[in-house]
Amino acid sequence: MSFISLLWVLLLGSLLGLELIGKVPPTLHTPLMSGANAISGITMLAALTLIVKAEGNVPLLIIGSVSLAFALFNVVGGFFVTDRMLAMFSRKPSNKK
Amino acid sequence: MNLPVIIKFIIDLVAVLLLALGIKGLSKVKSARDANRLAAFAMLLSVIGLLSYYLGTSGIALQSWIWIIIGSIIGSLFGAVIAKKVPMTSMPETVALFNGCGGMSSLLVALGVAFFPISNNLDNFDFLKKLINEFSISVSIFVGAITFTGSIVAMSKLQGWLSTPGWTQSKVRHFVNIVFAVTSLIAFFSLINGNTSSIWLLVIFSSLLGIGVTLPIGGADMPVVISLLNSYSGIAAAAAGFVVDSQLLIVAGAMVGAAGLILTQVMCKGMNRSLISVLFGGSLSAQSTASSESGEYTNITSCSVEECALTLEAASKVIIVPGYGLAVAQAQHTLREVTKKLEQNGIEVVYAIHPVAGRMPGHMNVLLAEADVPYEQLKEMDVVNPDFPATDVVLVLGANDVVNPQAKNDSSSPLYGMPVLDVQDARTVFVIKRGMSAGYSGIKNDLFDLPNTSMVFGDAKKVLNDLIGELKDLGVGEK
Repeated sequence: MSFISLLWVLLLGSLLGLELIGKVPPTLHTPLMSGANAISGITMLAALTLIVKAEGNVPLLIIGSVSLAFALFNVVGGFFVTDRMLAMFSRKPSNKK
Repeated sequence: MNLPVIIKFIIDLVAVLLLALGIKGLSKVKSARDANRLAAFAMLLSVIGLLSYYLGTSGIALQSWIWIIIGSIIGSLFGAVIAKKVPMTSMPETVALFNGCGGMSSLLVALGVAFFPISNNLDNFDFLKKLINEFSISVSIFVGAITFTGSIVAMSKLQGWLSTPGWTQSKVRHFVNIVFAVTSLIAFFSLINGNTSSIWLLVIFSSLLGIGVTLPIGGADMPVVISLLNSYSGIAAAAAGFVVDSQLLIVAGAMVGAAGLILTQVMCKGMNRSLISVLFGGSLSAQSTASSESGEYTNITSCSVEECALTLEAASKVIIVPGYGLAVAQAQHTLREVTKKLEQNGIEVVYAIHPVAGRMPGHMNVLLAEADVPYEQLKEMDVVNPDFPATDVVLVLGANDVVNPQAKNDSSSPLYGMPVLDVQDARTVFVIKRGMSAGYSGIKNDLFDLPNTSMVFGDAKKVLNDLIGELKDLGVGEK
């Protein structure tokens, strides 16, 4: 991947982010923030790459593994907690007689 | 292109599409829950794509598998347990904690690559490629460290583990932060120049900068900071994407970064604060004590819970204005009991939600939803404001600045221009409050002086419990 095409990816990704969030009801701001936060744990892919490419280098394996743990903490926790919040909204209609 | 590359390319493309659809779906109440699961699935897919690519090309050593499994299990387990256990009221702290860990992860990746350059990056390294590599490592460390320490400080302050030290409210802190920032930047450029020894300088001073910038910020502004830090963690992820050459990381990181910025903007607007003043202005109360504490209350009417119950019984339309105080008192369930009784008596009950009620935009909706308040009863400010003149009773619970008419009437007030709920238009307003202390802004609330406003002093939960008792005595809700 050439650097220039990666820059394009960065630019288009940013524009997509701006566009997607445009209109959100305030109710969903907290869940959205929490969900977006979980997605930022995508650095787990970088941590995985590090571990796979470590080639037996133990310090690098450890750094990668710790980094992976932090990222997954963010991802798993983030998605779970978002789901917990959203469950409260979707539960409503069925609860009303 | 060989097969593994093509497969990974397709999986990545699908993952990006699903992530984008996920974020999009999170913006509608109906689709939000499925969208969140879709995004989670996309993340899983991206991991499968990456692992299958390596399996198909270089293979994955057994040793690597072991470390992958150890890291995954520990991280996922802690994440899941915390997510299940944490009470809904501490949602902002939790988001801050998760966010900080995302930043930490990017920081560690960059450190790992800096010390042990991974094979691919140096295979065909020319000058430009090396420069880009060093630059992305530096950005990843800088932003990752700020995100981590900033988020941890934000969490500690919201939890009450850390208070705002006095010196941080003086001009000294600007000087200190400038020193931190300049030192970080020097380390940053020296690292890009190939001077690897300055890496620790960069780690230490960007960490200090994260602390120095977040520590002076007052509790009310904290959600804005968390949202901003959330955006940073996206940027850190994108930078890590440049480090390991992953388009998927860059797209996802950029999306989160941009989305976080928009959310931050929305929050600032709701609180009538500019981002600059949040970051550099210090806590608002410290600023405004000198200028606007002058206002004394002249016409306070206080009343008993009994009177409040009598007025409520006679009403036909009631609007509840919940605020931060309600969340702190954990009184949302008790409130729900009160409103249930009123509804059983045929009284129309609506909740007016200010955009920044609670501690984050939308936080109050979550708390009320937890207490089983039907979603349809929550009305946003613009929808509910025209209804106040036709309302008999307004109950203000732990809200203050968001119902201050000064924001509309007094152009000299620091609150002027902030969108507020027009509760003073209602026939009667009850403000349930512990005492006469001011809100976050430290500004006198003109609402309390109005003739149609009565104060009910006490802890929100206790007052509401008493109210249930009084309503019971009046036979409300027992047909």
